[in-house]
Amino acid sequence: MQNIMTEKITIEKTKSHKILKSRKIYSIVMYVLMGISVMLTCSFVIFIIAYVFIKGIPNISFELLTTKPSYLLEKIGILPDIFNTIYIVITTLFFALPLGVGAAIYLTEYAENKKLVAMIEYAAETLSGIPSIIYGLVGMLLFCQFFGMKTSLLAGSLTLVIMNLPTIMRTTQESLKTVPQSYREGAFGLGAGKWRVIRTVVLPGCVDGVITGCILSIGRILGESAALLFTAGFAHAFYGFTAMGIQKALSNSGSTLTVALYVYAKEQGEFEIAFAIAAILIILTLFINLLASLVEKYWGKRRSL
Amino acid sequence: MSIITVKNMCLWYGEHQALTDIHIEIPEKSITALIGPSGCGKSTFLKTLNRMNDLVQGIKITGDIQYKGRDIFDASLDVNELRREIGMVFQKPNPFPMSIYDNIAYGPRTHGIRNKAKLDDIVEQSLRSAAIWDEVKDRLKKNALGLSGGQQQRLCIARALAVKPTVLLMDEPTSALDPISTSKIEELSMKLKEEYTIIMVTHNMQQAVRISDQTAFFLLGELIEYGNTETLFSTPIDKRTEDYITGRFG
Repeated sequence: MQNIMTEKITIEKTKSHKILKSRKIYSIVMYVLMGISVMLTCSFVIFIIAYVFIKGIPNISFELLTTKPSYLLEKIGILPDIFNTIYIVITTLFFALPLGVGAAIYLTEYAENKKLVAMIEYAAETLSGIPSIIYGLVGMLLFCQFFGMKTSLLAGSLTLVIMNLPTIMRTTQESLKTVPQSYREGAFGLGAGKWRVIRTVVLPGCVDGVITGCILSIGRILGESAALLFTAGFAHAFYGFTAMGIQKALSNSGSTLTVALYVYAKEQGEFEIAFAIAAILIILTLFINLLASLVEKYWGKRRSL
Repeated sequence: MSIITVKNMCLWYGEHQALTDIHIEIPEKSITALIGPSGCGKSTFLKTLNRMNDLVQGIKITGDIQYKGRDIFDASLDVNELRREIGMVFQKPNPFPMSIYDNIAYGPRTHGIRNKAKLDDIVEQSLRSAAIWDEVKDRLKKNALGLSGGQQQRLCIARALAVKPTVLLMDEPTSALDPISTSKIEELSMKLKEEYTIIMVTHNMQQAVRISDQTAFFLLGELIEYGNTETLFSTPIDKRTEDYITGRFG
């Protein structure tokens, strides 16, 4: 009797030992698999950044940054592209910011039909996910042809306005929703009107969301090429810094850095220049992301205390 | 003399009836306590008096509510002016994320006072009336969120006083506070009733006995009993009131 019992116990022990062993192997295999995914992901990212920097940074020269291209002298400068990029960022935000923030305020603070609001939010989210070339197509037909703006920076900007509106609107909305209801109640309880409550209590609480939306949009504008190929064109003309010059730049065809990259690489085979531009764009993107996290940190701190 | 008169008042949230046939007269310069178990409609009732419930969607109110003899739902009545006269202090202290000074000055600025000297004066007076001046006078420019919970609540009372109201609605003003802060707020309420009419929702029976002049007992959206606090607590007329105040339910 005693013997049988001990036998049973040993059998069960080996059984549980086996289970333990298989579990251990399972977890080791999963650990290794996840390690490989991490390594692959990281190395791709690091490889791309390093590759672009190694090929691009040596080609960035003072001359490249400060001159315009000339076929006669057979030289390439990206000064016009830099300024086109700046113009397009500023013009786009100039239109998209008030519109997007205004729409967000209306939808979260005034709109009563919550079903309709949910539908609009859903539509906005879908819009911010569709391929940008579709925006380019619509922009080309609407602004360049129907409104007769031809291929111009302004037409490009307006296309980007449509493209970035959903992003700015949604980030502002989400930020508006994080402003505690108790602030609004407190202000209403003191006899403040609706607009005063929004201006003095709600909006200051959501500045971080608006800024985050802006920064995300700037990143998107910098990276956009498909929509701009259709609408803003790819000229490299530079018209100077006078009001007239800027106006001329906006109403004429012009390429941003990203479009210029495409043109130099694909149409002219100037890969050194393309990589130089790529390096500049990566640096700009890093800088903008850094700015975004700093802004979030700063406003987050302000709000919690 | 009663400052607020409510007759036949009913209130619905959508399909759900939250208040049924409320009749109450609130005398001037006294403390009225509203007691009753959670969800009995006392906070809803309180928020109706300065029309804070307007912000709630799908709400329907019938009946007659008069403030100083005037219907508060009258179309010609300015709701912002009504809320200035009938101030509110909330359950959770809710100072704005600005400086102490700006918190107090928010109300007066809303109602058009821009003069710096006048604002300074209002800020000091309000903080003094709320018995918090000595604690904050050296840091008026500091963020109000840095104050303790009890101080924040007294700041909110000061903020409400700054617009010179006549009535103060308090929605469980001490439920989020420690005993010492609670007794400070109670003391303050006793002092404030010399000048203001206070209507206070409370879950604390002892608090109602300690500070209120009359008490209203709500149950399931109905006003069961209303009368002098001492009488109500010593010889309640309704069985349900007796059950509640002796702690048999709630």
